[in-house]
Amino acid sequence: MKRLFPILSIVTAFLLAYALYQALVVAPTDAQQGDVYRIIYYHVPSAWTAFLLFLINFVASIVYLIRRSPKADMIALVSAEVGVVFCTIVLVTGPIWARPVWGIWWAPGDIRLTSTLVLWLIYVSYLLLRRFSNSAQTQMLAAALAVFGALDVPLVYFSIWFFRTQHPQPVIGGGGSMDPRMLHTLLINWLAFVCFAFLVAWSRYRLEQLQREIEQAHAMRSLVGSAVAAKASLPLSRSSR
Amino acid sequence: MNAIKFLFAAYIATWVIHGVYMGSLVRRFSRLRQQSKELEKGK
Repeated sequence: MKRLFPILSIVTAFLLAYALYQALVVAPTDAQQGDVYRIIYYHVPSAWTAFLLFLINFVASIVYLIRRSPKADMIALVSAEVGVVFCTIVLVTGPIWARPVWGIWWAPGDIRLTSTLVLWLIYVSYLLLRRFSNSAQTQMLAAALAVFGALDVPLVYFSIWFFRTQHPQPVIGGGGSMDPRMLHTLLINWLAFVCFAFLVAWSRYRLEQLQREIEQAHAMRSLVGSAVAAKASLPLSRSSR
Repeated sequence: MNAIKFLFAAYIATWVIHGVYMGSLVRRFSRLRQQSKELEKGK
């Protein structure tokens, strides 16, 4: 696996560069929005990648609740953290696109925008819970929160199908037509983002592993230290009797 | 069209966010490596 990482990094770097070239140069300009529409090549793939990561978090949390597997717990934590990064990008690039197209940064009350913000807040609170709670139940509570939090993902995704929103209709499967070159560019960018997310998540997973190993080593050391101290004090306590 | 600056702002913001996150990972890695070395020394 260690040898695979640099190869995958190089492939991902090329893929990201190719996707950027496609997004800025090859994809045709939109007749209505002009070049600013090209923000969707980062905005939409980031949203899909965040959804994918939250789905992984959901599955890993269920596995953890059933089996209490530390590996599932680590996957849940890592996918939530990287998912929040991608969701942050969605929440930042969305208003940057909206300002020149809608004339406003944010449409208050719009269900797609609000549910995405709520989704981000749910996973940020998940990470805060994991970061600051020292309870033995933290992992279980976080897994339960993740299961309920994941319910917001389909609400975000399908909100533009079932509710009247200011947000544009879905680019795929929404009944509208998209230029094949635009669709190709969108899918290439998504592939590049998924590869990139995988690499980042992999690094974060290794980091978590290392952190847990160090915590275990510290715990073992203090356990051995207290056992040695107890052993050393045993003859004294006997002689004092 | 003046809107082109918004396009570049969005792309730059994306990579700034990724950069900040990856920077935090690198910092955490180096801190843990330091702790790991200290643990090995203490053995």
